[in-house]
Amino acid sequence: MNRARLWSFQYRYAPYLFVTPFIVLFLVFLLYPLGRSFMLSFYQTIGPRHQKFIGLGNYWFLLQDRLFWAALGNTAMYVIGFVGLQIPAALGLAMLLNSKLVLGRSFFRFAFFSTHLVGSVFVAVLFSQLLSPRHGLLNMALSWLLQTPIEINWLGEPRLAMVSVLFASLWLSIGFGMIYFLAALQAVDRDLYEAAMVDGAGKWSQFWNVTLPGIRPVLVFMVVVGTIGAFQLFELPFVLFQQSAGPNNSALTIVMYLFMTGFQVRDLGLASAIGWSLVLVIFLIALVQVRISGVTREG
Amino acid sequence: MLGKPMRFLLIHTGLLFAAGISLVPFFWLISASLKTNDDFFEYAFLPWDGLHRLTFDNFARLFGRTPFGTWLINSLFLASMHTVLVVTLSSLGGFALAKYQFRGKRALMLLMLCTMLLPSQVLLTSSWELVLFLGWANTYWAIIVPGAVSVFGMFLFRQAMLGVPDELLHAGRVDGCSELRLWWEIALPVVRPMIGAYTLMSFLAAWNAFLWPQIVLQDERKYNLPIGLANMISLPEYQTQYGVLMAGTLVSILPVAVLFFVLQKDFIAGLTTGAVKG
Repeated sequence: MNRARLWSFQYRYAPYLFVTPFIVLFLVFLLYPLGRSFMLSFYQTIGPRHQKFIGLGNYWFLLQDRLFWAALGNTAMYVIGFVGLQIPAALGLAMLLNSKLVLGRSFFRFAFFSTHLVGSVFVAVLFSQLLSPRHGLLNMALSWLLQTPIEINWLGEPRLAMVSVLFASLWLSIGFGMIYFLAALQAVDRDLYEAAMVDGAGKWSQFWNVTLPGIRPVLVFMVVVGTIGAFQLFELPFVLFQQSAGPNNSALTIVMYLFMTGFQVRDLGLASAIGWSLVLVIFLIALVQVRISGVTREG
Repeated sequence: MLGKPMRFLLIHTGLLFAAGISLVPFFWLISASLKTNDDFFEYAFLPWDGLHRLTFDNFARLFGRTPFGTWLINSLFLASMHTVLVVTLSSLGGFALAKYQFRGKRALMLLMLCTMLLPSQVLLTSSWELVLFLGWANTYWAIIVPGAVSVFGMFLFRQAMLGVPDELLHAGRVDGCSELRLWWEIALPVVRPMIGAYTLMSFLAAWNAFLWPQIVLQDERKYNLPIGLANMISLPEYQTQYGVLMAGTLVSILPVAVLFFVLQKDFIAGLTTGAVKG
């Protein structure tokens, strides 16, 4: 009898026991800091000790802060470049790889995906050499292609700073995106293509009318997740420019500004306000993207 | 319309070109780590006319004159601890979310979903405050304990465990299995591919973690590889030692490459299931 009661006890309380460790950590290290950082964004702080309530002061400051707008501008340019290039390139590669004619599909898949294993910091260290003016591989390749010596100072020229970051991040992430698109393409019903061909649709029309609608959920997912991720750019430029914001702050990003404000200038309040501004920007843009794509309408 | 041979040629040219862009930097990296400083400037890749000049000096210097070996061990420790903890907690929690009804489940899942859309950097300031309060500054507690929570992992395992047949669990109960054993002996084996995929994902994330460890760790001997290497590249004394820097990068990539080879099949399958079906 006692044994049976113990048994029903463990059955009834098992789910609570299973989620308790998660819930405790979730509350202490996620929910609490989330609320606390929102609170902090209304305080002026010097180090962790001295705090003064200043209402919306930090946000007013940011609105007039030249560096914040520079960071926002740089990051936005990067996001546009990244999403605009990564998505078409990844989709294009996936379509090539999805062709029935391809030999060695698993080799190619491995080759494209392998770059994703290299962490941002290591990619940045690698690209700091690949992009160097004299002995860098990129300038060597360009010189060879154009048959004239080319010494572009990729990392020293303010206008090229974000372009250099883009090179590194595209190398890192195109193959990763391709894996998703390939899986989506393989899930599109082959019969639809045959039906389209019977109706006399060309390759282009097949792409617009069969492929794109078929992969739309994955496409929207990739655009939204890619945008959110790109807005959080930090490691690549920070390490590529040797722990600085690049020439003339040309590689300053929002998260880098947050890091420098909070942990070098030590104003945790202003840094929190930068963080919540980032939340706002990401939220608004994701909302617009989801609206335009119309995924929610079909439910 | 293009003929079949022509299309075959075009497709493979495109693929080979792209594969080249992916792989050539790796080959360049390996070459650079094996060259002397003179050859580094002289040759783009390997010094084909003097292969005997290739050397492991860069690796010797890397491990001899920098705390690189310590950083490597620190990284292995941090990434393994993180992976074991986060996979255990997420699979246990995901099992409860998928296979049990309990009070507060809906509210919990809603809260989790809301936090998932937020960029984690917004937590940096308040987490640092919390770490100071707990006295965890400059310790691994500050990295391992908060890192054990993964909302993403919980949802991933919940999704996978929905596929565990209820009849199987019921049969287990009739045979006298405790709930914990049901998780261990029935649920986990069913979602094995997801464990492989998530193990690699978490290991990769912890291995490459930079921002939070950089804030928390001040003592050079406690650095992980990303912090160590990022500091090396900023120091004038290493900026001219290209070979050593590239050797360091190569060694930092190798462990994840090995893990990837082991878990490759599970990984690519697990990676895409959520996105395509969900």
